[in-house]
Amino acid sequence: MQRNPQLNENGELQHLLSIEGLPREILVQILDTAESFAGVTEREVKKVPLLRGKSVFNLFFEPSTRTRTTFEIAAKRLSADVINLNIAVSSATKGESLLDTVANLSAMHADIFVVRHASSGAPFLIARHVKPHEHVVNAGDGRHAHPTQGLLDLFTIRHYKKDFSKLTVAIVGDVLHSRVARSLIHGLTTLGAPEVRVIGPYTLMPAGVEALGVRVFHDMKAGLKDADVVVMLRLQNERMRGALLPSAQEFFKHYGLTSDKLALARKDAIVMHPGPMNRGVEIDSSVADGPHSVILPQVTFGIAVRMAVMSIVAGN
Amino acid sequence: MTKLPDTEKLCQDLVRELKPRIGPKTAMVGLYTGGVWLAERLHKELRIEKPLGLMDIAFYRDDYAARGLKHDPKRTTIPFDVNGAELLLVDDVLYSGRTVRAAMNELFDYGRPASISLVVLADRGGRQLPICAQHVGAKVEVPEGMRLRLKRDDAGKLALALESDRAA
Amino acid sequence: MRLHIKNGRVIDPASGKDGAGDVFIVDGKISNEGGKADKVIDAKGLVVAPGLIDLSARLREPGLEYKATLASEMDAAVAGGVTSLACPPDTDPPLDEPGLVDMLRRRAKSLERARVYPVGALTVKLQGEALTEMGLLADAGCVAFSQANVPLADTQVLWRALQYAATFGFSVWLRVEDAWLAKNGVSHDGDVATRLGLPGIPAFAETIALATLLELVRATRARVHVCRLSSAGAVEMMRAAKKEGLPVSCDVGIHHVHLCDRDLGYFDPNCRLEPPLRSPRDRDALSQALADGAIDCVCSDHTPVDEDGKHLPFAEAEAGATGLELLLPLTLKWGATRKLSLAQTLSRITAEPARILGTSSGRLAAGAPGDLVLFDPQASFRVSAEALKSQGKNTPFIGYELQGKVRATIVAGNVVYEG
Repeated sequence: MQRNPQLNENGELQHLLSIEGLPREILVQILDTAESFAGVTEREVKKVPLLRGKSVFNLFFEPSTRTRTTFEIAAKRLSADVINLNIAVSSATKGESLLDTVANLSAMHADIFVVRHASSGAPFLIARHVKPHEHVVNAGDGRHAHPTQGLLDLFTIRHYKKDFSKLTVAIVGDVLHSRVARSLIHGLTTLGAPEVRVIGPYTLMPAGVEALGVRVFHDMKAGLKDADVVVMLRLQNERMRGALLPSAQEFFKHYGLTSDKLALARKDAIVMHPGPMNRGVEIDSSVADGPHSVILPQVTFGIAVRMAVMSIVAGN
Repeated sequence: MTKLPDTEKLCQDLVRELKPRIGPKTAMVGLYTGGVWLAERLHKELRIEKPLGLMDIAFYRDDYAARGLKHDPKRTTIPFDVNGAELLLVDDVLYSGRTVRAAMNELFDYGRPASISLVVLADRGGRQLPICAQHVGAKVEVPEGMRLRLKRDDAGKLALALESDRAA
Repeated sequence: MRLHIKNGRVIDPASGKDGAGDVFIVDGKISNEGGKADKVIDAKGLVVAPGLIDLSARLREPGLEYKATLASEMDAAVAGGVTSLACPPDTDPPLDEPGLVDMLRRRAKSLERARVYPVGALTVKLQGEALTEMGLLADAGCVAFSQANVPLADTQVLWRALQYAATFGFSVWLRVEDAWLAKNGVSHDGDVATRLGLPGIPAFAETIALATLLELVRATRARVHVCRLSSAGAVEMMRAAKKEGLPVSCDVGIHHVHLCDRDLGYFDPNCRLEPPLRSPRDRDALSQALADGAIDCVCSDHTPVDEDGKHLPFAEAEAGATGLELLLPLTLKWGATRKLSLAQTLSRITAEPARILGTSSGRLAAGAPGDLVLFDPQASFRVSAEALKSQGKNTPFIGYELQGKVRATIVAGNVVYEG
C-alpha cells in the first residue's frame, strides 16, 4: 500500500491535500491550533512571527478571489511573504506545463504552495514533484477536495456544538460537483459524527455516494428533520439550466433553504454555507441573515484554520 | 541525587516577597503549563484585581524551524489592557531564557506595558540570553541530562520534579 | 537455413500438446523433419511456445514519434516475445489511406522484428462520417477496420460501415462506448470516482453501445470483433450473442484482468486507461470470462505515452499503458490465479488471437510460420522503467514482482531477441 502522500515518514502532516485518510489526531491538532490562532486574530496586532522569512506562493490555476484572499491574509498574519500568481491568465496560456510552473517557482525558493486547480488530483501531482522542504496546501481541486474549507466547517461546527458524537449534519444541494461536501463528509466521519445526510435530486448525487458514509435524501423536509447543522452548497450558474436541473427557481422550490424548511431542524440548528451565496437559489435571505446563520463567522474562522494548516505543515 | 526544595514553601515565600509590590496597575501573566499553575496560585493569594492572563508562546518560539509546531498550542488569553500595566510574568523554571524572550515579544503584540518583572519558582542557571528573574523561589542545580518540571496533583498541590531529558 | 531447438518444454496451445521435445524450423517455417541443423538452441529449462500475438499495440508511427518510434516499439515487442501484432489506426494521420498502410508495413518489415498487421480506419480520419476505401486498404495489407478509441457516434454511419464491410467479408473491430454517456468521463462511475471527484463513465455506456452493435450485427451479419470489454454486463451480452450464433468475438486488455478502480490510488495517471478500470466485480467477471471462453483472447493494448502526457492531473493525462513487454508475465499471472494449464493460458495470447487475426501463426504445426518464444516460466523480475525497451514507461505495474522472462524470440526462423 502506498504511503499517504500527505504524511512524512513520521506520520506528520507534510502537505494538506485532502481530509480523507488523515488520522483523527491530526484533524484535532489542526482544530486546536486554529483555536489558538483565533485568539491572535482577535488581537490589536493580528500577526505572529512564526513564518518570518518563508515564502507562500498562491498558485491559482482557477480564479477565486475569496479563497486566495483568505490564504493571503492567513500567510501574512504568520509573517510570511506572499506571492499571488493567477496562472489562469499567465503561463498556462503560454503553454507552460503545471510541473514546469512549479519548478520555476521552486527555483525562487518557495516554502509553501497553495494550489487551486480545476482538475481533481492536481495538488497530488505537484506534491509528488516538490522538494522535501516544500509543502503543498490544496485550496480546492476539481470536484475532489477543499480540505481547508472542510476544516473551517469542522471548526465552526465544533465551536457552536462542542462535540461531534451526537450530531446530525445535513448537506444540501449539488453534492455531485462539490469538493466542499466531500471534504466535510470525510472530516465528519473521521471525527465521529453519527449521522451525515446529503440532500438533493438524483442528478446532483454522485454514484455510490453512500460509500462515503452518508445517508441520501431526496426530500429536503425529511432530510432536515432534527438536523443540528445544515450546510448549504453553492450551485454553480452553469448547472442551473440544462440536463441536471431545469431552472434555479425550481431548484429553490425543492432544495432552497427557507425559514419554513429550517423549522424542521433542531431549534438550535446552525446554518452554514461555503460562499459565495446565491440568495434565492440555495438559500433565502431571511435564513442567510437570520439568527441560525453562522456564515460570516465561518469566514473569520477560515483565516485561523489556514494559519494553523500553514504553520503545521511548514514546521514538519 | 539533588535534593529539591519544598515547592509549597517556595510559593509562600514568593507570595510574601511580592505582596508589597502589588498595586492597582499590577497584572499577572502565567506561561503554559507550569507557569500557569503557579500564576493561578499567586494570583489568588495576592488578590490581584486584574484577571489573570494565560500565555502559550508556541507562535513566538525561536526553534520553530527546527522543531515545527509539535504540541497543540493553547490559546493565549490576556483579559486586561497591557498598555501601562505593571506586569508580573510567571514561569515555573528559568533556564535558557528563550521562553521569556518569546513571552516578552508576544506581550508587546498586546500593547506597551509600564514594566515587566519575571517571577519564577526555580532558577536552574544555564542562561543563553541576557535575561534574569526579579523574584526567584530558589536556585536549583540540575544534573546533566535531566530537566526540572513543575507538577500538580489532583488536590492542586505543586511540586518540582526532576525527569530525564529524553522523556520530553 | 535449419534451426533446431532442443531440450525445451514444447507447448502448442492450438493442439494442447505440452511436453519435452524438439522444434525444427526450416526456411522460416515449422517443420517435422529433423536432420542436420545450421544452428542449435539449447532450451533447457525453458518453455518453447508459438510467438505471442497481440491484437492491439500502438507503434506511434506515423506522426507520434515523440511518444515512441517504430524501432523502439518493435524492440519492445520482441523483448516481450510478441512476434505478431495488430496496430490500431489511431496514428497521425490515421491509417485511412493505402499509401500510409503500405509505408508502415515496409518500414516495419525493414526492421526485421515482429510481423505487423495494420488495422485500417473504418471512417476517413476516424471522424465517423465517411467510409474509407476498405477494399484498397485491404489490398494494402489491412486485416480489419476499426475506429480505435475514437467514438462512432452516428449510428447510421455505423450501420452503413457494417453493411459495406459485410459485403466483402471484412472484419470490423470496435470498442463499445456510448459517446454521449462517456463525454468528459475519465473513470468508472462508482464510489472511487465519487471519492476522487473524477467525472465518471457508467458501465451502461458500454452495454448500451454493445446492444446497439449487436443489433446491427444481427441485421448486417458483419464479422465483428469487440475490443477491450470492461464490464461484467458486456461479458454476459457477449456470452449470449455467441450462443445465439452471431459472428462475433471479443477481447480484453491485460490491465483490466488484473486491476480495478481501487488501483487508481492517489490519482495514478498510469491507471488512466480507455476503457476505464471498473469495479472489482467487473474485473473478476472479465478474468473469469477470459478463462471460460466468453472472452476469446487478451491483448496488451500497448500505448506508449511520453512523460509530458502523463505528468498531468489524472483527467488531463493521456490514456493508456505500455504493455508489450508485460503481456506474457501478466497473462501467466492471470493463468496461475485461474489455475489453468500453461497451454490453456498461452492460447489466449497465441492460438486464439491468431484465429481472430486470420493468420496461420500462433501454432507449432508443420508449415506454420517459424515464430517462437522461449521463456523461463519461473524466472521472476521486478518491473522497472529502466528495463523497459518501449519508449513508454507508463505502466501501473512499475515495481511489481512478476514471473516469466523471455530468453529468446524467433521470427521466421531468425533469432530477433535474446535476453
